[in-house]
Amino acid sequence: MLSYLIQRLAQGILVIFLVSLLTFIVMQLAPGDPVRLLVGQAYVTPEQLEAIRAKWGLDDPWYIQYWTWVSNLARGDLGTSIIRQGVPISEMVADAAGMTLRLNVLSFIIATSVAIPVGVLAAIKRYSWFDYASMLGSTIGVAVPNYWIGLMAIVVFSVNLGWLPPYGADSWKGYILPVLVLAFEEMAALARLTRGATIEVMSQDFVTTSRAKGLAERVVIFRHIVRNALLPVITIIGYRIAFILSGTIVVETVFAWPGLGRLFFNSIQAHDFQVVQAIVILLTVIVVVMNILTDLTYAFIDPRVRVK
Amino acid sequence: MSDQALTSSRVVSLEAIAEQQSRGTERRRIWRRFKRYRPALVGLCVIGLLFILAVFAPLIAPYPPEEINTPLRGAGPSADHWLGNDDIGRDILSRIIYGSRIALIVGLGATAIAVTIGVTVGATAGYFGGRVDFLLSRLVDTLMSFPLLALLLTLSAVFGPSLRNVVVVIGLTVWASYARLVRAEVLSLRERDFILAARASGADDRRIIFRHIVPNALGPVIVIASLAIGSIIILESALSFLGLGVSRPTASWGTMLSDGREFIRNYPHIAIAPGIAITITVLSFNLIGDGLRDALDPRQRE
Repeated sequence: MLSYLIQRLAQGILVIFLVSLLTFIVMQLAPGDPVRLLVGQAYVTPEQLEAIRAKWGLDDPWYIQYWTWVSNLARGDLGTSIIRQGVPISEMVADAAGMTLRLNVLSFIIATSVAIPVGVLAAIKRYSWFDYASMLGSTIGVAVPNYWIGLMAIVVFSVNLGWLPPYGADSWKGYILPVLVLAFEEMAALARLTRGATIEVMSQDFVTTSRAKGLAERVVIFRHIVRNALLPVITIIGYRIAFILSGTIVVETVFAWPGLGRLFFNSIQAHDFQVVQAIVILLTVIVVVMNILTDLTYAFIDPRVRVK
Repeated sequence: MSDQALTSSRVVSLEAIAEQQSRGTERRRIWRRFKRYRPALVGLCVIGLLFILAVFAPLIAPYPPEEINTPLRGAGPSADHWLGNDDIGRDILSRIIYGSRIALIVGLGATAIAVTIGVTVGATAGYFGGRVDFLLSRLVDTLMSFPLLALLLTLSAVFGPSLRNVVVVIGLTVWASYARLVRAEVLSLRERDFILAARASGADDRRIIFRHIVPNALGPVIVIASLAIGSIIILESALSFLGLGVSRPTASWGTMLSDGREFIRNYPHIAIAPGIAITITVLSFNLIGDGLRDALDPRQRE
């Protein structure tokens, strides 16, 4: 178990290193000179430009720049943005990450608390109208672009009815639309998954056995079927949480939500590639850590995995 | 001499016929299983229609997609313009019809690139093992840990938004899952007797990989690819929606949604049709994928 953990950690660190290198190389290929963008229309002499470059270390060869960046990164220092000076990048990213986290935690609680019961019920009452209706809904649900649902929600609830603000996070009312829109998509995917996992467990021998030995149907369903069906669901939830942050980019842009997704998109548009790099690395670390945690949780709750 | 030539050509043709027949029955069996799942047939019909729309767009669309009709700016649906006009007076129905071209080109093009890279990398890693496998597998891990949309946005910003770049950039970033899948299949196929037989009869590595191993691992690849087309179409629309995909004034469902967002207060109808078009297309591809999964991979049946 311990050697497995060490191996996974080493692989994770290697992946993060490779991502940082790839990101850095891509950023070097980006058109546009950050110093030019910084200076804008102001008149500067070539000497002044050189001085600014030297101050930011932009005249070093790329591998020295990479080394400086990575060694600062390893100490948790993300530096300051050339384009938006004054606020350290780590502060910018932390504020935005907090807003994104709130959005996602809320939508995830709603999504799982609806999707898991619906998926289990659909599986138990297979071929019933409830099964058909919920699966029709979730099949369509995974095909709808989430940001389009956001636009339609704005049309209905903000423009026509005037109940909710179309964007912003100033009051609790601003949370409702983005949280529900994100929850909707997650719900559809999770309900399909839960149903599939439950059906698979239901056809196994130990379920027949527990019925045959006279257990109450309730006990069979909750203690034997649901518990086993949730194993794969938990794994997939873990992997999905890992990627959920990057999935919110478009929805945050639609609702002008001051989170990581919008910060990322604005930074790309402003050619503020230092912030872009920082966010990509943060998201990758989250993915790697979440994947390891998910595997460990799985091994913890499923004794069969532990034995192997 | 003529005698010998005759015999050998007859042998070859008999072999060819036998091969064709066995392929034919296999194909028929797959088709029979596929069409048992009715929704998949519906999906197939919808995508067929979409292909006709895309190929014959100039004949079918009532107006040129970029024709600006200023007096009808933001007009709602009417007898002449069934879906109304957009913020600068272009016919929305015509733009939806032309937009199907972009969705299909990106969905199929990017998937083709991803499958080609993924199958090659996966087969190479699985077949050779050792150091090659280690390096390629770490590359796959890295790609799978990248936040996909963030990576796509960055690459599009760096290389500039255009249709060609969208296809290439998406294709280059989504191949990792195919590689992982094919690698696992190859690992289990590598030690089988028919591979040994092929090697004994003098086939080299390349021939063994591409003639004997890859065709046997292709079923699950086709299933995953058909299920991935839909999500690629959504990715393209999201990129275009954010202004980093297909550039204006080309009619793409994503850019149309972006127009719709800008004028959502005054002309909310602009944003409705493109979203429905995306949903129907993605839904149809997903249904075909479900049907193919049932037909090609009976183990995965629910």
